[in-house]
Amino acid sequence: MSGLTEFLQQLVNGLTVGSVYALIALGYTMVYGIIELINFAHGEIYMIGAYIGTIVTAALLVSGFPLGLALVLAFVATALLTGMHGVSMERIAYRSLRRSGRLTPLISALGMSIFFQQYVLLSQGAKDKIFPAELSSGGFMLGPVRLAYVQLAILVVAASLMLVLTLFVQKTRMGRAMRCTAQDQVMASLVGVSVNRVIAMTFFIGSCLAAVAGLLVAMYYGKVNYLVGYVAGLKAFTAAVLGGIGNIPGAMFGGILLGVTESLAAGYIGGEYKDVVAFIVLVVVLIFKPEGLLGARVPDKV
Amino acid sequence: MAALMKHRAVRIGSIALLFFVMGWPLLGTVRASVLAVVVVALQALAWASSLAPAGKRPKDWLGGADAALARWRERSPARVRGVLPWFVLALACVAPLGMNAYTLNVATDAGIYVCLALGLNIVVGMAGLLVLGYAAFYAVGAYTYAILSTQAHVSFWVALPVGGALAALFGLLLGLPVLRLRGDYLAIVTLGFGEITRITLNNWDSFTHGPNGIMGIAPPSLFGFTFSQPLHYFYLVLAFAAFVAFLSHRLERSRIGRAWVAMREDETAAEAMGVPTVRLKLLAFTLAAFWGGLAGVLFASKQLFVSPESFNFLESVMILCMVVLGGMGSVPGVILGAVLLAFLPEVLRGVAEYRLIVFGAAMVALMQYRPQGLWPSARHLMEFGEEKERTG
Repeated sequence: MSGLTEFLQQLVNGLTVGSVYALIALGYTMVYGIIELINFAHGEIYMIGAYIGTIVTAALLVSGFPLGLALVLAFVATALLTGMHGVSMERIAYRSLRRSGRLTPLISALGMSIFFQQYVLLSQGAKDKIFPAELSSGGFMLGPVRLAYVQLAILVVAASLMLVLTLFVQKTRMGRAMRCTAQDQVMASLVGVSVNRVIAMTFFIGSCLAAVAGLLVAMYYGKVNYLVGYVAGLKAFTAAVLGGIGNIPGAMFGGILLGVTESLAAGYIGGEYKDVVAFIVLVVVLIFKPEGLLGARVPDKV
Repeated sequence: MAALMKHRAVRIGSIALLFFVMGWPLLGTVRASVLAVVVVALQALAWASSLAPAGKRPKDWLGGADAALARWRERSPARVRGVLPWFVLALACVAPLGMNAYTLNVATDAGIYVCLALGLNIVVGMAGLLVLGYAAFYAVGAYTYAILSTQAHVSFWVALPVGGALAALFGLLLGLPVLRLRGDYLAIVTLGFGEITRITLNNWDSFTHGPNGIMGIAPPSLFGFTFSQPLHYFYLVLAFAAFVAFLSHRLERSRIGRAWVAMREDETAAEAMGVPTVRLKLLAFTLAAFWGGLAGVLFASKQLFVSPESFNFLESVMILCMVVLGGMGSVPGVILGAVLLAFLPEVLRGVAEYRLIVFGAAMVALMQYRPQGLWPSARHLMEFGEEKERTG
């Protein structure tokens, strides 16, 4: 394989992984934008989405649904079920802590993250869960680069979800309420926005996106494990910070940039330090440009 | 009343149904039904307790203990209060008499955790900076002694300051650029740093032997006396823990300690009053790292073996939880938290696999019902009484 071909191949792989990071990063960024909480448990929500997706797909395939229909139904069911996890988490672990400083909800989020991880470990075991359909082998050549159908699906689904999300936030009534709440919760409630409902909705949408990302990754790698949420969550958070936390286009951009950087680094430096690359990117961005690449500098609220 | 009852029952029922549907794919039908029943029970319990008159609800029960604690602090003369630490120390000195070898080992670990938790308390509790990668400093100390001992036969007493200093250097180098960041970014950067440290220890085979770890570390000795028995280690660790506790106590009331608290409560106001916040943050960070390094050397000399496994993220979270459970910024509280959490696995040994899920749920519950910890510091006791406005 020539140098250029390898570069292009890594680029395509990076784009695929990057779109997944972007989908997860959106959940971080939306929640942070509204309640200024780093939702540590978001990575676990993604992992739960991957598990639910795998299990629901398996159940549908066993009941005799054709693969395509089963996948579509699984996506919808997974998004809804995982979204419910997100909403319950907000209700139980975060809502009553909204006015209690920074440390308290962060520790609650850590607890939630451990809880979810152990919940899946205890109910599903430590072994990899195998995705019921073999999807990663099919593909085609795009010029010199091989593109698997699953990769194409990831790119298309991620791009369309981001488009829908942008339209939702910009055009709908609920989207406007979200932007309003993000600016000033008290003012929003004074003009009749139901802040609790908006925040619950934010968690729901973020969790749905993470769940879709989880199912896509389960299809891509063919397996899931209860430990995947932690690293994926950290990387998605890096992506969100990279783009400017609280900034929706920033999260998309940051995810893709991080995915590509990481793939290229893995290709040229070596796979075992792949995770380190992501953390170094995070530290460097935070030190030199803490507002992110697309974010405006937000003054601390006093 | 009947209408309300009906309404409430419908509400509880639909929440239970929601949890059943949510849990069903992962748990299966039987366990999801159990979950639904548990949810109903919890909701009913919450409802029942809300019927009690205000001030007598279950969540107020601990308030009575707090009031007693505050009264005791107020009324008992300083002499009486001063006796308590000596009493605890004396108790710890005679405690091994009633312990078997296994419990003694756990107690020694608890002592190391006390050192670690008190170190983290400086930066989290006093200075109010959330550090999520504390185990990294612990690892630096442990590996320093492991490598110095196996490669250069350096003695424990020399390695002790070296390990601490090296960890402090790491803290300083990390702190210099990141301490200008706002609180939650700092948390993530330290988390990333912890991961980088662990991954590096895992992959740098030629230096750290990777996941296999380093064996054959020499036990410490003093004037020809070698600390070889578990009992020796217990007293060594106890001496360290007592020393660290004493220093923490002195630090709390010092000029620096008060400046930290001022900074924690309102950074802008502190700065306006002339507190050099960046320098003090750096000091807290470095000091905590130094402490972590010392505890690491102690740990390596007790285990005589180190591997990256001992310094993972969960370890950092565990130490943080000791601080939070006991009460951030409260020295006796942190000691209590460390001892409780160190012994928790032994208490829960029968249900060992459920230990962590209980732990996670307990963290959430603690933040809901008792964010100030079990033994809050006097200052927090006053603060948490009133609803606090959220500050940036």
